[in-house]
Amino acid sequence: MTRDAVLLRKGVYHDSVTLMRVSRSLSDLPGMQVAIVAMATELNLGLARDLGFDLPPADPGDLLVALRGDGVDTAAGELDQALARLSASRTQAADQPPLTTRSAAKAPADLVLVSVPGEHAFCEALDAIHAGLPVMIFSDGVPVAQERRLKLLAEERDVLVMGPDCGTAVIAGAGLGFANVLRPGPVGLVAASGTGAQQVTSLLDQAGAGVSHVLGVGGRDLSAEVGGLSTMRALRMLDDDPATELIVLVSKPPDPAVARAVRDVVETLRTPVVSALLGERDLTAAAEEALRALGRPVPAWESWPGWSPTSTYTKLKGIYSGGTLCAEARLIAGSGEFTDYGDDAYTRGRAHPMIDPTLRLEALAQVEPGDVVLMDVVLGHGADPDPAASLASAIAHVTARTAHHAPSHATGHGAATVIVALIGTEGDPQGLHRQAAAFREAGATVFTSNAQAARHARNLL
Amino acid sequence: MTLLSGPPHVITVGAGLLQESLDAQAVPTTAVAWRPPLPGTADALARVLADPRLPAANERAVGRLTSARPQLVGVRRASEVLALPELMFLHAGPPIDWERASGPMRGALIGAMLLEEYAHDVPAAEHLLASGRVRLEPCHRHATVGPMAGVVSPSMWMLEVLDTEHGGTAYCSLNEGLGKVLRYGAYGPEVLDRLHWMDRVLGPVLSAAIELSGPIDLRALIAQALQMGDELHNRNRAATSLLLRELAPWVVEAAAGSAAEVLRFVNGNDHFFLNAAMAAGKVSTDAARDVPGSSMVVAMARNGTDFGVQVSGLGDRWFTGPAGVPDGLYLGAYGPADANPDIGDSTITETSGLGGFAMAASPAIVRFVGGEVADAVAATRSMYEITLAEHPAYQIPGLGFRGTPVGIDLTLVARTGVLPVVNTGIAGRVAGTGQVGAGLVKPPVEAFTSALMALADCAD
Repeated sequence: MTRDAVLLRKGVYHDSVTLMRVSRSLSDLPGMQVAIVAMATELNLGLARDLGFDLPPADPGDLLVALRGDGVDTAAGELDQALARLSASRTQAADQPPLTTRSAAKAPADLVLVSVPGEHAFCEALDAIHAGLPVMIFSDGVPVAQERRLKLLAEERDVLVMGPDCGTAVIAGAGLGFANVLRPGPVGLVAASGTGAQQVTSLLDQAGAGVSHVLGVGGRDLSAEVGGLSTMRALRMLDDDPATELIVLVSKPPDPAVARAVRDVVETLRTPVVSALLGERDLTAAAEEALRALGRPVPAWESWPGWSPTSTYTKLKGIYSGGTLCAEARLIAGSGEFTDYGDDAYTRGRAHPMIDPTLRLEALAQVEPGDVVLMDVVLGHGADPDPAASLASAIAHVTARTAHHAPSHATGHGAATVIVALIGTEGDPQGLHRQAAAFREAGATVFTSNAQAARHARNLL
Repeated sequence: MTLLSGPPHVITVGAGLLQESLDAQAVPTTAVAWRPPLPGTADALARVLADPRLPAANERAVGRLTSARPQLVGVRRASEVLALPELMFLHAGPPIDWERASGPMRGALIGAMLLEEYAHDVPAAEHLLASGRVRLEPCHRHATVGPMAGVVSPSMWMLEVLDTEHGGTAYCSLNEGLGKVLRYGAYGPEVLDRLHWMDRVLGPVLSAAIELSGPIDLRALIAQALQMGDELHNRNRAATSLLLRELAPWVVEAAAGSAAEVLRFVNGNDHFFLNAAMAAGKVSTDAARDVPGSSMVVAMARNGTDFGVQVSGLGDRWFTGPAGVPDGLYLGAYGPADANPDIGDSTITETSGLGGFAMAASPAIVRFVGGEVADAVAATRSMYEITLAEHPAYQIPGLGFRGTPVGIDLTLVARTGVLPVVNTGIAGRVAGTGQVGAGLVKPPVEAFTSALMALADCAD
């Protein structure tokens, strides 16, 4: 019998991504309709209330469990086990684990990776800077005034602040956040865009050119308020790094005054710099320019044709997880309806679409005959361990559902087609070719260059 | 810039997923067991932490606290050293009036009225106290601390402790022993008889003895006692013995006739040193007061109704919440229903890095305050998460002679949600009962959060 069960656990904290994975595993149990396991923030309480749950008063520090289905008791039992596993792995480490970055930084370390909710990231990042440690702030939603304050303080303490909203960094082969497995080599990146950096480095890897480091700086670093402080510091660091022979700077178009300041710094460097400023040069072209600067041949970027029925296509839908990839595709395609599901508006209260495919699966279910769907799939550490597992079957469903629509004279609509920009390397845990094969089998056309994918989409219309 | 020289050791704070992906790459990590700050403190935290004065201010405050050199320099009458006009008493904790005073506080005030002969019987004392004609002021305002009710009246003898590093002086009354005593709110004939004896014999003899002996280094004595199993709040047996050893010859020289009864009294009271430890704590924390911008706690104190906190950067303002009832073991047939909410200035020991903060040094009291040795170690370890420093002189042998956690930081309390661990005695609820037990007590969180809000309001 279907029924609701609502439980509150006091004093149990887990981060939202962990809890979303627990929620998902509970929802998958037979007979379950809804399973919400989340911290009882206003947002999450609202979500549960909207679903018709009757909720007792709760603090944001409480763990909210709202279950609906005919297996509620089984699910509650599973939940206890899942949470017990989580706390076991937490308490094993040490008698008293550090509770703040300040405390952790008393022991030797080289870098702090902050991914707490944005409103709390400032404290942890500040601890890192005070301890003289570089910090990568993965968290988004950090006020720009706090970013400025952190970066000014970092100038005094001579440390690098990567972020906020820095999704990607690679330090001497260690991938932080969303990061591809790259062969080591001479190219260092300074990136104000995470997925932009992933595109450039994945193509360089494909061409056999390796990467020394990827230093993210956060999407706002080159704005007038922040003044490019981290970009300039990162450029100097790579210039001083013996492993780096060429620097690629990836960014959205910077503030003009900041651009001048950055250019002044670039002129003082011994290491050549290739810049990939979105709008001036696409990411693929930047990777090609870097290869030429290294004196290496530019290969034909791998792509695999899919099932492209002769049809009349009427509408381009871009459903993206990477902000810069989305912007690049929109610029190249010139028209179409583009959505960046990685934007803050879509990630409040849920995981990034590179981890949680739900919203993009919903978008795929809305595809209509005559649509050209353009989407990115980003591989690497931190991303969905097998994106094709969910997305490829949804794509197969799109092609099957619309296949019988012969081009109609009345509507001009025919079948729909899906184009995937697959960003990743063969070394990634998901495996570039394994993923490509799954998407091809589902009927998608697969490109490793987002720019080429966008051009292909534009040409279909 | 050594960041790029090789694969980094990464401190991770936040999403478990990112930690797992580093584990999968075999990148060495230290994971912070982060949790959200106390509800409603996020904005205040950001403002206080962004105050550019904060790091240096806290370094200065905790530096002064830990460099203080408290020495016992005298035993003097309160009327000589404190501004205590007729019909005025000092009391423990934040300010309170008769109306809101709890049983033991009222009992101690009644006892003090009788002791000073401001009233000749209990109803007359109560009448006068209720009339509002008796002035009550916190000990803390007068460079003084008092255990439990902490009532100080003009005729009482006070330990005088000088900080030879910074020049401050602090006072604490003489300890009366356990059971039915004034500080627990008892005021029966045996209580007053003892106080009269202390007034007549103990005070003058100790005063003369210290005059002969010269200053006694309390910092050194406390450091030794920690290594002998005291935590200096609920266990003072080693420190009392050490003090007695120092004093004995001088007591004999000063007053051969009374020496036996004085030494027997001190020997019979394992808590005799507590009051010296408290004055040492007070003089050390007072040295750390009034550092603009500092978020370090310089006093925690309870009056039996409210638990109050004072902060270095916030002058002498009190931030309070309701005093909790301690969780512990009870004497005889007493039980939790007989317990008064938390009372006394003795939390100055925790504020200065002793007491609950030094529990790991004192396995012997762990059972008494309800727990196992591992709990004591865990309590001390957790206090390192909310303090600014490790005490250079006060060390814990069982933790590899690590210094005790010292200098409670409001921002760390709010960030971690970890509250100071306080060891305490438990007073009976009804005036005149005395001590009913001892245990651990949890400070009210709002005392710390409201102080943080106030600090945020005056952040640069």
